[in-house]
Formats: sequence, C-alpha cells, structure tokens
Amino acid sequence: MRFCRACLVALIVALCFAPGWETARAASVADAIAHFTADDFSETLTGIKAIASSGDPRAETILRALQDGQLQFSAERKAVYIKDNSGKLTDAATGQPISGDAPADTDNVRINNRLRGAIDAALGGLTLLAKSPATRYDAAQAVFKSRQASALPTLVAAIANEQDPKVKHAMQEARAAIILSGAASDQDKLAAVEIIRQRGDQDSLGLLASLPTNMSATVMKRVTAAINTIKNRLALWEAVQNAWYGISLGSVLLLAAIGLAITFGVMGVINMAHGEMVMLGAYVTFVVQDIIRANDPALFDYSLAIAIPASFLVAGGVGILIERCIIRFLYGRPLETLLATWGLSLILQQAVRTAFGPNNREVGNPSWMSGAVDVGGITITYNRLWIICFAIAVFIALLALLRFTRFGLEMRAVTQNRSMAASMGIRTSRVDALTFGLGSGVAGMAGVALSQIDNVSPNLGQGYIIDSFMVVVFGGVGNLWGTLVGSFVLGIANKFLEPYAGAVLGKIAILVLIILFIQKRPRGMFALKGRAIEA
Amino acid sequence: MLNSTGVVAAQRPWSRRWLTAVAGLALGVMTASAARAEDTIKVGILHSLSGTMAISETTLKDVVLMLIDQQNKKGGLLGKKLEAVVVDPASNWPLFAEKARELISKDHVSVVFGCWTSVSRKSVLPVFKELNNLLFYPVQYEGEESERNVIYTGAAPNQQAIPAVDYLASPDGGSVKRWVLEGTDYVYPRTTNKILEAYLRDVLKVAPEDIMINYTPFGFSDWQTEVSKIKAFGSAGKKTAVVSTINGDANVPFYKELGNQGIKATDIPVVAFSVGEEELAGLDTKPLVGHLAAWNYFESIKTPANEAFIKAWHEFIKNPKRTTNDPMEAHYIGFNMWVKAVEKAGTADPDKVIEALPGTRQANLTGGVSELLPNHHITKPVFIGEIRPDGQFDVVWKTKDLVPGAAWSPYIATSKNLIGDWVKLKCGNYNTVTKKCGGA
Repeated sequence: MRFCRACLVALIVALCFAPGWETARAASVADAIAHFTADDFSETLTGIKAIASSGDPRAETILRALQDGQLQFSAERKAVYIKDNSGKLTDAATGQPISGDAPADTDNVRINNRLRGAIDAALGGLTLLAKSPATRYDAAQAVFKSRQASALPTLVAAIANEQDPKVKHAMQEARAAIILSGAASDQDKLAAVEIIRQRGDQDSLGLLASLPTNMSATVMKRVTAAINTIKNRLALWEAVQNAWYGISLGSVLLLAAIGLAITFGVMGVINMAHGEMVMLGAYVTFVVQDIIRANDPALFDYSLAIAIPASFLVAGGVGILIERCIIRFLYGRPLETLLATWGLSLILQQAVRTAFGPNNREVGNPSWMSGAVDVGGITITYNRLWIICFAIAVFIALLALLRFTRFGLEMRAVTQNRSMAASMGIRTSRVDALTFGLGSGVAGMAGVALSQIDNVSPNLGQGYIIDSFMVVVFGGVGNLWGTLVGSFVLGIANKFLEPYAGAVLGKIAILVLIILFIQKRPRGMFALKGRAIEA
Repeated sequence: MLNSTGVVAAQRPWSRRWLTAVAGLALGVMTASAARAEDTIKVGILHSLSGTMAISETTLKDVVLMLIDQQNKKGGLLGKKLEAVVVDPASNWPLFAEKARELISKDHVSVVFGCWTSVSRKSVLPVFKELNNLLFYPVQYEGEESERNVIYTGAAPNQQAIPAVDYLASPDGGSVKRWVLEGTDYVYPRTTNKILEAYLRDVLKVAPEDIMINYTPFGFSDWQTEVSKIKAFGSAGKKTAVVSTINGDANVPFYKELGNQGIKATDIPVVAFSVGEEELAGLDTKPLVGHLAAWNYFESIKTPANEAFIKAWHEFIKNPKRTTNDPMEAHYIGFNMWVKAVEKAGTADPDKVIEALPGTRQANLTGGVSELLPNHHITKPVFIGEIRPDGQFDVVWKTKDLVPGAAWSPYIATSKNLIGDWVKLKCGNYNTVTKKCGGA
C-alpha cells in the first residue's frame, strides 16, 4: 500500500516536471557518456559516477553493458554504443538503433578491478528498488560492500517499502554498514554494531576491523566485543569446515581407491596402471562433452549422466583386455605384475598424449555442479557435494553387487578358494577377467567425478595411484568397508593437519602416521581373518 | 615416474630428429642436407616434448623452428643455411644435461635455445660452461644468476614480480595492504617470494602480520583449505591480494576453487606470474575475469610487429586458434639478437658470438626496442593484464620505459652488493664492496 502511494507521488512529480527534466537528463547522460570515449580508466570512473547520479532510467542498462563488456566506443565520432550478442549496435544514451552506417573504429570500453568495484557499487544503489527480490538482495549486498553514503537515502526508502524479510534484513545490514563507516550518533552506531555482530560472517569481521579508531569509547568497546564474538563463532565454524573438507577429500580418495580395492584388495593384483583407468574415464567424459557440444548443446547438463556408463564400459573393456593379454599370465608373481602394469601405465599415458595432445582438456561443469551454498558459516560447493553423494552411491552399488548377485557370489568364491570354486563348476578365468574389468570400470567412473575437480591431462592418474594404495593398505586389504573408513579417516586427518602444518608438511605427516600404523597393524584397520588371506 | 619417461623418450632421439627435419623444416633443411655439412649453421633446440613440461615447452620448439624457417627464407646467415637439431629431454632434469652435451659435442651446434624450469637450467649450466657454448633461456625466472654462457631473455624478478606488487599497492590496483604469497614448492617461487617478502617489508613497509606465505606441492588439486585460508586472511578489514607463483597444472583447480567459493577479482585479486594465454586455453575463464597476470608480452597488444608475428605463427602451425605467449616473444627477441651478433662477429663460433652479443638491440613485439645488457639480461617493458572472458588479457597498466633486467636482487642481503658484467669486468657476480669477483 505504502509502495503504491510512493509510486503515485513519484508519477505525479514526474508528470509535472516532465518536459524540463527530460532535456536536462539527456544532457547529463550524454555528458557522462562522453567520458567513456577517452579510453582512460580515471575518465571512465568519472563517467560511471556521473551516470549513477544522473537518475536516468537508462543508467542501469548502460552500466550493465559496461560490466558485461558490451559497451563500445568510437573515438572518431565521440559516441558510445551497446553491442548486443548478435553484434548489433544501439546508441547507449538513447537506446535507439544507430542511423546510417556503423562506425569503423569501435573498441570495447575497458574496465579494471577498481572500475568493476565502482560499477557494482553504482548498480547496487540503482537497483535497490528493482522489481525482482533477487536483484534487490544483490543490490543490498553490493551496498554493504561499497558502504557508499550516497546510497543511504535510497536505502532508507527501500527498507520502508520492502516486503521480503530476507531482502529487508540484507538492506538493514547494508544500512548499518553505511552508518558505521560514516558520521552518525553513538546510539545509531551501537545499534548498527549489533546488526553486524548478528550477521557474523567474514565480511562483517572485515567491516568491523576496518572501522576508523577515532569513534567514541563506548562504540569502540562494543566493536571490539563484537569482533571477538564473531571470531569465536568463526573458529567454531572453521572446525566444521575442516571436517567437511575432510569428508570431501575422503570421498575423492574413496572414489580413486575403490576400484583398486577390487583389483588389488580382492584379487591381489598390484595394478600400477590403476591411475590410468581413472584417466581414461576422465577422457571419456571429455569426448562425451565434445560430442554433445558439437551436436546438441541443450543436453550438456546431462553429459555426466551419459559419461558415467560410457566410462565404465570403456575402462572396464580396457581392463578385461589387460587381464586377458597380460595379467593372467602373471598371477602369483607380484614383482612381474608390478613391473608389467607400470610399463602399461606409461604406454597408456603416452598413447593418450599422442591421441589428445599434451595439453589439458577442458571438461565443463554442468550448471547443477557449479556454484556454492552457504550453510551457517561455511561454504559448500555443489561439485564437492555431488562427488560425495556419487562416491557413497558407487560404494553401496558395489557392496550390493558383491553381496546379492550371482557374479558377486562367484567372485567371492573364487577369491576365497579358487580350486574349490573351480570344482563347483565356476569358470574361474572368466570370473578373474570380469572382476578385473569391474575394478577398472569403477576406476573409470571415478575419472568422471575427478574430471570435475582436477585437470584432465595424461598425468591425471599419477596423482592418485599412491593415495589409492595408501587407502587400501591402511583400510585393510580385501575389505571394502576398510577402504570406506580408511579414505574418510585419511581425508579428515589430512584436512585437520593442513591449516597448521601446510599442504606439504601435512601430507608428509600423514605418510609418517601411516607407516607407524602399519608397523603396529600390518594388515590395516580391518584385517581379513581366516583362510582367504593365506591363499 | 620421470626417470622412466625419460628412458622411454631417450630411445628415440634419432627418429624424432628426422621427423622434425622432414616435417618442420621442409624446404630449408632439404637444400641444407643436400649441401655439405660445413655449409650449415646448426641450431640446437632443447625443449621437453614429452612428460609434464611438454604442455609448455612444445610450443617453444615450434616457434624456434618457425624463426629458423623465416631466416632461411631470407637467405640464411653468413651465406649459410640454418639447420635445426631438435632433442627431447623429456621433462627429466638430468637428461637435460645429457642432451645438451650431445647437442654440443656430437652435433656441433653453434647455439642452443632451450629449458623452461630453473632446475633444468641449473642442470645444463656446467655443460655449457665446460664446452663453452651458448644457451638462450626464454622464461621468467627467479634471478640471482649471471653466467657468461647464458643469455636470459625472460624476465628477472625486477621485470615482473616487483612491478606487479607496485601496481597492486597503487590506487589503480586497489591500494592493497595485505598480501598472500602463494606458490608451488620449488626454487623459483621460494626465491621470488624471498625477494618479494623483503621488498614488501623494507620498501612498502608492510607489517609482518600482513604477509602470509604458503607453499603447495606440484600438481596440487585439493585447494579447499588453502582458498578458505586466503578468504579468512582477507577478512581483516584491509584490502588483500594474492601474489601467485603457482606453476603448471595446479593453477586450474586453484582458479576453479576461487570461482566456486565466490572470491571475485574485485574482492581479492590474484596476480599470477606463470599463467599466460596458453595456460588459460584449457579453462572456463568466466569466473576469472579481472584476475591479473604480469608479463612482458600479451597476445592482445596491438602493434604491427605483433600482428605480423601472430599471423606468421598461425600460418606456420596451421591452426588459427593457437595462442602466442611471453616466452615465445622472448625466443623471438633472443633469436634475432643472436642473428645480429653472428653477423657482427662474422662467425657463428659461440665464443666470438658471446663477445659480440652485449649491446645488441632488437625491436620487441610490443613497440619498444630491447637491448642486451652486459649482465646478459635484456631490457623489457612490463605489462599488467586482466583476464578477459575470452581467455585473453586486457592491458591495464604498463611501465613507461623498458626496464633493464637485474641479475642480482638489491633486496636480499646476500646479493645486494653483486653485479654481473661480462663486458668490462668479465664477471657474473662482482662484489662492488669488496671489489672482487666471486660473490658475497
């Protein structure tokens, strides 16, 4: 109701002054825009400020075009244009299509970080009264960051009209930020400190820490107290965050190691080419995305869903081929297996390097895997979240396969007692090939997930092979549950050590701890008991 | 891992060489190999074509082949054709020394263009000194070195790192007050950060608690903790920037994590010394817009010389999408300086060419004229570029004049009195206080 009344008043005012206003405004925007043709950062900054304060309805469009790099200028004609995606030019000041032929010397109006900050601040002030709540929210956040005193009157008006509680809250925080940075009564400042303290994130901490120290003692005391409260709160969240990062790293380790848990853990094959199966899976993802980009870009968000079975089949097929051609002749000869599979890993790397080139290949994130969500004081990125889900899903599927299917039963039978299984009519060599194929195929699926967070290059697998062996040995050879627990324990331990010891020392510390642990328990955390281990 | 890659690759230098001779040099080599061996001047190319560094070094091999091809089309040098000898050190540091020895002793090359990492340069140094040959090194490096047998055409720290920090501390760069020095754990980042830390502390008067130094291993991929550490460090109410000496592959997940955690260039800008057009080619650059890189050359700089170079490169490599980058320009300058010095000396004998090189001037691709200084470094302009959505850079700042490369940093206690001068003093580490050659 109040908003409507404000609109009505504004409309009446606008109608009364329309003719005179119109020319004055056009002149001011045209003047402001002329600054853009100088191709000089400080001139452009002057232009941005002038446009922001012009009150012109086109100000937002012009600034957004500048932000997106769509604003072009012609030095010869002293004119500025907006270039849309199809390459058509419109006059920036009037919004009309250009008359006559296009100027020959157009160039982008260049911006740097300082100008980007100024544009964000200006847009924040301009869009506080926008229609969409999301835009208003972004505007409030931009004002919170810029703390421009000039935005205060608009902000106060916007708060009065705001219906959405979330947006309103953000606006009040923005107002508090402006009040704190500028001149205001102690009472206002104390209230503002309280609002910022409740917000309690890193930005608030930054704001409070950057305040001038010449404020009155009561305010300063409250500010210091607020800083301490926020710091304590953030320290608590940091522990949660480390745990989350640990789980995330654990899921990556689990994905990388779970295939090895089958080929090495269950079959006892020391497979140095395991990392290359992961790499193959990542390259399958690249090929799938490439085909989708070329044929049907609309399918891009489903590219990973297509890549998962595809990479399973490709890596699994290569795995079966390796087992049939090389490994089956080497059962029971671990040293030869180690050397043969290592040589194989080099061959696979160089083959991929020859086929795809030595450079990294770009694998895109589907839209549902980009970005992050704030939960309390921590940031959870979607790609990590999905990878955790995927790792758990793969683990459960594999467990079910071993437990409930005929193939799983045969597999367990063969690994537990080969000759008995053979005499019961199980074709052990076929089971061997399929088991190795399964382990390789799972590694391939891990490659799909890892392509989302790591470089897709021929060296991708090398980085994971040591970690994978570490997890399997630590967790207990031949036990999937051991692999699960092992990967999460190592992941979390690593992430709790990293902030204190640094990335390099943290990793060394983990290795030392594992060596000590293996001294104490040579068979890992969950050692298999019984006849299986003697075989 | 590296060793075995090296062994695999080491078995094929012959086939590799013939392949390049046939494919790369087409006309030039055909006439050259028909003539007697003494009628060619041999140019060695020592860049990794396999292994981890292949991603960066293969391009440099191609650019030298292109420059040789161009020179031969102009009629060669001293009436002789140039002949390229390509070997593959396979990203294996000891193999670099072996291959360098092979190039000089067996193939009798007059000059070698090669190396990327500092450790590979250090590995070949004794060979070049012993056999008295000439190496052109095209990559930005940590300084603290000046050798008679090496010409450093890449940037020394004062031609890249120091100007970048100066820019960030200026109002245009955001008046940065708090610094994160983030690097890969090896000699180049460690030395550069040592110089930068001393510079920040002593010249820009930054308090020690406002500097954070972090190292990560090669190929690091889980950046979550590091990036949130940077985020937390940046929330102390002072403008914060990251100076990145992260090298190679690790950059991609680093920038991805920055984008994912919502750190924008307007909040915490990252200035990188090892990220160029080539590295950005495998990356979705939209979240990176506004992050910075400091180089002496950008592909996007518009000069007639640069446009001609890019055109020639696209024609030579037969792919209009291939980018050009800073070390390629360094080879362009170095190669042309070598040609001029050979013409001046009247012979391709490395010993004579080394004497003739200092003072040689060569127009660079960005509109200035670079000169080879007595300390075997060159003068270069310094540019700061911001990443654009298309993976190229917008130059936002540049030095007024060309900056002379300083071999020894004045900000480190052990090197502040040293100078390199191969013209008058004939010494790479002359101590100006003790008036003696031989370091601190």
